[in-house]
Amino acid sequence: MIGSFLTSFLTGAVHSGTPLLYATLSETISERVGIVNLGLEGIMLMGAVVGFVVTVQTGNPAIGLLAAALAGGIFNMLFAFIVITRKANQLASGLAMMFCGMGLSALMGASYIGSRIEGINGLPIPFLSEIPGVGRVFFQYDLLVYMSIPLALLVWWVLFKTRWGLGLRAVGENPTAAFAAGKNPYQLQYQAMFIAGVLGGIAGAYLSLAITKAWAEWMTYGRGFIAVALVIFSKWHPLRAIAGALLFGGAISLQLQMQAYGVPVSSFLLDMLPYLLSLAVLAIWGGVRRHAAPGSLGRVFQGTE
Amino acid sequence: MDKITQRVKNWRDNKKLADVIRFFGLFLFALIVFGLVLVIFGINPIRAYVDIFSATLGNSYGFTEVLVKMIPLTLTALAVAIPSRIWLINVGGEGQLFIGALFATWGAINFTDLSAWVFIPFLFFLGFLGGGLWGSLSGFLRAKGLASETISTLLMNYVAILLVSYAVFGPWRDLESANYPQSPPFPDAAILPAFFGSRIHLGAVFAIFFLLLFYFVMTKTRWGLEMRALGVNQEAARRSGIPVNRYIILLMFIGGGMAGLAGMGEVSAIHGQLRPSLSPGYGYTGFLISWMAMGNPLGIVAAAFLLSVITAGGDILQMTHRIPGSAVQILMAIVLFVVLTRRTGKGGKK
Repeated sequence: MIGSFLTSFLTGAVHSGTPLLYATLSETISERVGIVNLGLEGIMLMGAVVGFVVTVQTGNPAIGLLAAALAGGIFNMLFAFIVITRKANQLASGLAMMFCGMGLSALMGASYIGSRIEGINGLPIPFLSEIPGVGRVFFQYDLLVYMSIPLALLVWWVLFKTRWGLGLRAVGENPTAAFAAGKNPYQLQYQAMFIAGVLGGIAGAYLSLAITKAWAEWMTYGRGFIAVALVIFSKWHPLRAIAGALLFGGAISLQLQMQAYGVPVSSFLLDMLPYLLSLAVLAIWGGVRRHAAPGSLGRVFQGTE
Repeated sequence: MDKITQRVKNWRDNKKLADVIRFFGLFLFALIVFGLVLVIFGINPIRAYVDIFSATLGNSYGFTEVLVKMIPLTLTALAVAIPSRIWLINVGGEGQLFIGALFATWGAINFTDLSAWVFIPFLFFLGFLGGGLWGSLSGFLRAKGLASETISTLLMNYVAILLVSYAVFGPWRDLESANYPQSPPFPDAAILPAFFGSRIHLGAVFAIFFLLLFYFVMTKTRWGLEMRALGVNQEAARRSGIPVNRYIILLMFIGGGMAGLAGMGEVSAIHGQLRPSLSPGYGYTGFLISWMAMGNPLGIVAAAFLLSVITAGGDILQMTHRIPGSAVQILMAIVLFVVLTRRTGKGGKK
């Protein structure tokens, strides 16, 4: 009993944590170039709906996933245009993007409510997955789960070990100085925002293709905002984001497991867990924000003329 | 010739008129863009707009329903506009509205034998207190430098909505209303009176009162001046002895209270009992209104009217064109995009 509870809790934590990790990496990249993206919620919704619709149409979740990634990237270009080129307030623009994503995804998905898909299925690793206990916890996931940790490593490597990543971080710290050093802040910000959009789209698609395997209006239910809190928790570091995503995946999984086991607590109260945990994380880690946050986070680069 | 150019110049210098024209011009632009979106989804935008405007502005019932929706929208816009005077971004109107409704319901179902003269002020107090406490929690986190109020208010919206669901599915569930998750109905004395044979209720008087009070405090009192100083430069304000932290918590309390009153009005006058479907996103729409109006009280009224029409339009599109009502959120987003990019595009104020 305890053993099976533990295995399903742990696998659930990984499944629920995966979209959070993709979303957190998206927000990390975006904030590293100095842009707070509250529109992540909208991007995830777009990814979820496009991924689902394309999968229904083609019957191939790989094409659906690709379409979702592209849709996320393109959708985020709208946000990039508004905050980079038009220099609008990032927080308000992000919320406008959330509205836009909510409305657009509802419109696109309306006739697909109730559609069923095969979705993204598990890809057990031969031999390893047959080890009793450990096998199920570590080696019976789908490709996106296996890819998530290498991806976090890749993001870390790009941001901290390449010239391009150095440029991105320089823009996030001080765009004027980066400009003086021969970088083009606008170009770097646009590039980063496209990649952030792609990752956000994948995060959303994972929800609709691998977890629920269905489309429902507003199905991300605040996951995008939780990711924003997770970025602060992980101190803008891609590798710490892995731990954060697992912790929150654990909270979601615990709540699901408790419901499955019929623990006599209202499911509505259990559903609050991830949000309360996010608030607690903000309150505990938010105070040191100033030391770890990119220097020009949230400020608008006004150009150098 | 000179006279005419002079007149044109005068007309152009008439800032208020220019503002009004620009306001409607931007709205028209947003309507056109949303029309294109509708075309892509195979919906005739002209028919959609005709349906929306004739059902909301074309007859007296539709028009009073627009005014009814303006009550919570004005209050939730104030919930954003008041803290925004010192650059606090309160996106928690939705949650504050739900908690206001929750508090008011607690009063209504526990003190059933009060007279209306006591009951209604009591409910106002509870609604204000509920929303205010919910908002000031985020204010506290911000004042202590722990968390940005933007993200904490957003997260608390979800908690508030879940709390209301918990109440109506659990301890407050009315056993007589069969399968509907809702609280027992409010006693008659706890229902806000309505006017003109419509659903326009007492909340309207309060919305107008607080709008005027907001204008008065901001322009005519020392507090308004201090807040303006605070909005410009927090550090300087702190050094000149303005109690910055107290203002942050207080303004989040008052702002939350406004949204709480909106929730109390909805639960008492419109629904008569607590339901999870209390608000079609009034809190978020109030955020848009406040940003469109840039905190100007008259602007709030105008923007609340427009967005009330759009909100009602969502229901109409759902009924007549079989598309999800939330599609109008695209239109709201476009309106906000236009307002946001336009303002900074002119190289003007933040």
